[in-house]
Amino acid sequence: MKNKAGDKIKENQARIMLLQGDEAVVEGGLVAGASFFAGYPITPASEIAEGFAEKLPALGGKFIQMEDEIASMGCVIGASLAGEKAITATSGPGFSLKQENLGLGIMVEAPCVVVNVQRVGPSTGLPTSPSQGDVMQARWGTHGDHPIIALSPSTVKETIDLTIKSFNMAEKYRIPVILLLDEIVGHMREKVRIPSAAEVEIVERKRPRPEDREEFNPYQETEDHIPPMPDYGQGFRYHSTGLFHDKTGFPRGKSEDARLLMDRLMAKIDENLDDIILLEDDLKGDEEVVVLSYGSTARSAISAVTRARQEGLKAGWVKLMTVWPFAEDYVARLADRVKEIVVPELNRGQLIGEVERAACGQAGISGIHRYDGTIIPPDEILDKIKEVS
Amino acid sequence: MAEDINRYLRQDKLPHIWCPGCGHGTIMANMLRGFARSRLDQDKTVVVSGIGCSGRATGYLDFDTLHVTHGRALTFATGIKMANPELTVIVVTGDGDGAAIGGNHLIHACRRNIDIKVVLFNNSIYGMTAGQFSPMTPTGATATTAPYGNIDQNFDLCELTRSAGATFVARGAAQQPRQLIKIFEKGFAHRGLTFIEAITQCPVNYGRRNKLGGARDMLNWQKEHIINQTKYESLAAEERQDKIPSGILYQDKREEYTERYEKVIASARGSEN
Repeated sequence: MKNKAGDKIKENQARIMLLQGDEAVVEGGLVAGASFFAGYPITPASEIAEGFAEKLPALGGKFIQMEDEIASMGCVIGASLAGEKAITATSGPGFSLKQENLGLGIMVEAPCVVVNVQRVGPSTGLPTSPSQGDVMQARWGTHGDHPIIALSPSTVKETIDLTIKSFNMAEKYRIPVILLLDEIVGHMREKVRIPSAAEVEIVERKRPRPEDREEFNPYQETEDHIPPMPDYGQGFRYHSTGLFHDKTGFPRGKSEDARLLMDRLMAKIDENLDDIILLEDDLKGDEEVVVLSYGSTARSAISAVTRARQEGLKAGWVKLMTVWPFAEDYVARLADRVKEIVVPELNRGQLIGEVERAACGQAGISGIHRYDGTIIPPDEILDKIKEVS
Repeated sequence: MAEDINRYLRQDKLPHIWCPGCGHGTIMANMLRGFARSRLDQDKTVVVSGIGCSGRATGYLDFDTLHVTHGRALTFATGIKMANPELTVIVVTGDGDGAAIGGNHLIHACRRNIDIKVVLFNNSIYGMTAGQFSPMTPTGATATTAPYGNIDQNFDLCELTRSAGATFVARGAAQQPRQLIKIFEKGFAHRGLTFIEAITQCPVNYGRRNKLGGARDMLNWQKEHIINQTKYESLAAEERQDKIPSGILYQDKREEYTERYEKVIASARGSEN
């Protein structure tokens, strides 16, 4: 295996480690080929920056601590356009600051990964306590219509897997991918097996051929809606801008261009939902009540459903690993055949609105919401299952 | 001025959008003349710009070009340079973009002494948005957001960037193209954070409101007030009052940031073995 500079990188071996979620982002990122990190210290995500600061240079990669969160996001997009697999990590306050440049990343189609280890907000909030309060910010934080992918792990093992998937989806779809941890997953330690790069699928962005330089349109519509992307310095001399642009990359100020670009950006994601939407479920087919959750809350949900079944209740669980785009069709089908969907969240009710929208009145929807920095224990979910059964 | 700059321009994107009498075109053309003299590789050069009149320059320049968010060009440029230190990275910014919203990035890029060439088009005003005051609008001048006169103190950006750690600091003006070309040529050849303040006139949104006349009058003002540093230093303190020194004001050698990071890589690899 070689890095971009052609230096030989030591092939990483699969190994077993005791890791917290933040460290798992580093390990998963390195398996995926992360070669660049820019960030700014923030609780509870700083361990990610610390891990990359230590590990990247030994692999010939680059780490830079920037002067603020805004700069980190710009730096990551710049590195991505220069050909790196780039990542940054933050928490709520920093995630808010990154939003404008995140929109630029979507507009110029720069693959990168943005990790948000969620803490309780708004404002400084509860910096060391878990939350799932940034689910809607992940979807709509930057201004204007836009596509987004956001993944959310519930275990340290899943953090490794979803970090790799985040890089793969970013490269494949030329889009910033948001990895939503919460403080529980970020700081919890579990025994995990880190795979070697050889045993997992690693995706690289589509690059144009050198002979394409003559007639190169960097934002050309293609069959899969994803135009090939050269690295800076390869002689393509192309232009990228946050302004609406046509296939040449230049703004023309025509409303037709704006529509075509937005439609293509959305189509990249909308036409690949089967590939992007990751979820797990445990359904026997006779469920009356299904608990739908994501992130650390899914751990309590699974525990509660297991106990409900032991008590003879017809219950099942669904764990979303892809939060955005939302698994609308799946939830619609689920709602057609169950009595009630229970949605526990560490917020005052964010993803539950999407569940309600998809269910369209076909099933009852009840939420369990905590926003005080403590977890939702399995008992609370079990009580709700009993209440609605 | 025999340099052929047409090869560095996207001819099909011209004419540019800048107003009649604006100095931005003069600055851009002389920047390209300096670039031609520096013999840097066009294919290995990336130009990044932000928002404002200066920001539109990247559209006309035939390099890899990136037009980003307001004030943040240096952050993207830092990522590009760190990712691939072989690239020549130029930032084109303005007095609002670079000294107000992007001021923090400017001082930190200087502190790192990362090899980025920052060209700040200083027209003393937010021209694109029709004349709000910037950190470079002189105290007492009128702007749409300072209808009773600007009470803010303006920056001396060359002093600021030098103090922050830039290793090449220069000031030129649209009225003095020969000196500008030399500054650009030397600045592009410098390794480290290069800061070039290019003073330019905005007759439409600054000059007219402040009764400074048209472009010709504003250029004459530059001629009378912007003087070579050597001459400036020979003047008595009271004679310096309304004068601005120009030329290469400061140059020094200090290890550049990506070179220092190469040592981090070497050290991390060494400790691994």
